[in-house]
Amino acid sequence: MSGPDALSLEITSDPAELPKVRTTVRNWSKRHDWQEDQIADIVLAVDEALSNVIRHGYDGEPGHKIKVAARMIEDPSHGPGLEISIRDFGKQVELDSIRGRDLDDLRPGGLGVHIIRSVMSCTKYSHADGGGMQLVMRKYKHRAGEDSQSPTEKP
Amino acid sequence: MSERQQNLDIRTSREPDATIVKISGEVDLRTSPQLRDVFLELLETKPQRVILDLTGVGYVDSSGVGTIVELKRRAMQDNGTVILVGLQARVRSLFEITRLDKFFTITATVDEARQA
Repeated sequence: MSGPDALSLEITSDPAELPKVRTTVRNWSKRHDWQEDQIADIVLAVDEALSNVIRHGYDGEPGHKIKVAARMIEDPSHGPGLEISIRDFGKQVELDSIRGRDLDDLRPGGLGVHIIRSVMSCTKYSHADGGGMQLVMRKYKHRAGEDSQSPTEKP
Repeated sequence: MSERQQNLDIRTSREPDATIVKISGEVDLRTSPQLRDVFLELLETKPQRVILDLTGVGYVDSSGVGTIVELKRRAMQDNGTVILVGLQARVRSLFEITRLDKFFTITATVDEARQA
């Protein structure tokens, strides 16, 4: 991802990085005229994605590389939006296994993927070339463009 | 990137009929273990009514929600209850997204929680 409006961060798999990333993503989103509730969604999605990488991709081990990139997009069908990519170099997991848990079950854990898919317009996980996982997620500025009924993977 | 790291401010007070835990700060993957430690210590006293005052919590992620769910589950094993107080809009939204709002009694004030 590149361009004058793009955001590019490289962090390590340390939870102490999360508040700084949240602040950076929040400020970047503000500069691109997102509404406050949308900014909160974007920040939450990035935070949840990074937490998943730290916990599952790197088994909670600090010091491993994670790349975060964001850019504004103009989608022919959905209009203006943003695309965020989270790239790690950790374990590759079966794509079919990436799903939120049954929400009728009262237990901790397994909520991150569900939250990401709830607040973003669409998400796509893939095995990255050279190892690790890549998550690409999009959010469109206009709610009519959101695919809230079927948070499928389609960017 | 440099930014001062804030820990959670967690204050516990015991009343005859309730234990009130007042939390301030952001609950995420970094700080939720601190919260969990406080909860585990609290659970050893087998509290019957835990009131979590989240008025000062501006951000919670799934690790924070999971920590609160774990408290609720363990308290229920000893017939205890957990009441959430003062959820800011975004925090409440997260409980709604995860449909956990139906598992908790949520009140606006600590006084209401005492009566709930």
